[in-house]
Amino acid sequence: MTMEATRYEDGTISYPGHPRGPGGAEPVATIDLSEYTAEVVTWTTSTATPPGVREPNHLAIVEFDVSDAFADGDDTVRAIVQLTTDDVETGDGVRAVSEEELREPGAGIREPDSQSWDGYRFEPV
Amino acid sequence: MERVAIIGASMTQFGQREGEWVLDLLAEAGLECLEDADVDAADVEHLYVSNMASGEFEGQTGIPNALAHDLDAIPAYTQRVDQTSSSGGAGIYAAWQSVASGASDMTLLVGGEKMTHRTTGEATDVIASLTHPAEYKTGVTLPSFAGLTARHYLEKFDAPRESLAKVAVKNHANGVDNPNAQFQKEIDEETALESPIVADPLRLYDFCPITDGSAALMLCPEEVAQEYTDDYAIISGIDGATDTHVVHEREDPTVMGGVVESGKGAYEMSGRDPDDVDVAELHDMFTILEFLQMEGLGFAEQGEAWKLVEEGYTERDTGELPINTSGGLKSKGHPLGASGVAQGVEIYEQLVGEAGPRQVEAEVGLCCNVGGFGNCVITTIMEATQ
Repeated sequence: MTMEATRYEDGTISYPGHPRGPGGAEPVATIDLSEYTAEVVTWTTSTATPPGVREPNHLAIVEFDVSDAFADGDDTVRAIVQLTTDDVETGDGVRAVSEEELREPGAGIREPDSQSWDGYRFEPV
Repeated sequence: MERVAIIGASMTQFGQREGEWVLDLLAEAGLECLEDADVDAADVEHLYVSNMASGEFEGQTGIPNALAHDLDAIPAYTQRVDQTSSSGGAGIYAAWQSVASGASDMTLLVGGEKMTHRTTGEATDVIASLTHPAEYKTGVTLPSFAGLTARHYLEKFDAPRESLAKVAVKNHANGVDNPNAQFQKEIDEETALESPIVADPLRLYDFCPITDGSAALMLCPEEVAQEYTDDYAIISGIDGATDTHVVHEREDPTVMGGVVESGKGAYEMSGRDPDDVDVAELHDMFTILEFLQMEGLGFAEQGEAWKLVEEGYTERDTGELPINTSGGLKSKGHPLGASGVAQGVEIYEQLVGEAGPRQVEAEVGLCCNVGGFGNCVITTIMEATQ
């Protein structure tokens, strides 16, 4: 399992990847974000969750420093992730813990075969 | 290009409409609008229906044609407009285009949604299905995005949590005078601040309810409008724009690019600027969105909207720029496809002097309808002619 961000020919990076990046740049490489720690940009705990989602659901936007991956271009990339706890503050460091199913496939409206359901939750470093 | 007028408007009771389904609600608003505009159904050339998810909520598709039949508007051209929560605003844009282009001399726009027969979790999931697969599998909901953004805003701009509660208190107070609002009940700040947490730091009263309802507008060229009435409003500016589908990919989570861009376009078309706007309906699906739209539309500097709310700048009866005189989505309710149309109904009524106890002095009004979490946005500027 990986958590792949995409690097584009102009040096920008996004998670998830897109067929074209900013300015129409084409994808040229991937980076596995699960190998990096990240910093919490903001977080919330959702207590009203849809079918098949754990309640409460701790969520965060986190920022990965990937400056060691390439000599130039973007140094950081952001992602939305589940947290293992709400015992966090903005600016805290977190790391990936693999999870077979982040939510129950088929419990919600999305066609189960249309996407992947495995991934990572993030715990404080 | 034709100058486009609005000559009639209607809005059903918003709330829990037990036993009534999307076609019932659409027909109710459509018939009321035909009556309000004094237009025969046979004279409707284009019929647009704003709706996000009647198939997902109710298993009913093909609603534009069904509505044309129910209203006896056949053979009018029909089209469904889906732009998630901004379907109503997108419907105004589509209806405006149909008239401005000369393709239609009489266009009826009806927006509606039936939601309350679903549980909160099911309805939340239908709405959250607009998210990217990488977002969806985390279980993120639109309220969760609001919680994430609200925490970032409060921390970044050192804004007090109470400022968000003041938005809820104001909009609930405005809703008391709207007989079609889902909630016609004042709340105090303490109630808002002590209500159950939904998406920390946001609580129950920071969120709009799940709602059934419908609203409608009648549009035509100005010279046609003058054959029907002296009391009409003009759409002087309108534009739509998008931002990233994936919310966390935005450079600054406190800026909604779709609001900024659609606002710029609408101001440019109308020749107006933020200082000209006398009254505004903003998409307060969550209280934090009122701040982000005030800033994106130029009513406040970035990070400063909360101060204007605290100073009473947006109060209906005493403020310099009354915002959400209808009660907003917060109090009036949010039947997805109807909400943007209902914003237009409120601004139209304010401009033609039909807003009753909610009436403010206004010659220029603006509405901003937000889809997703700022993913797609429509801004419309209307002006009085009397």
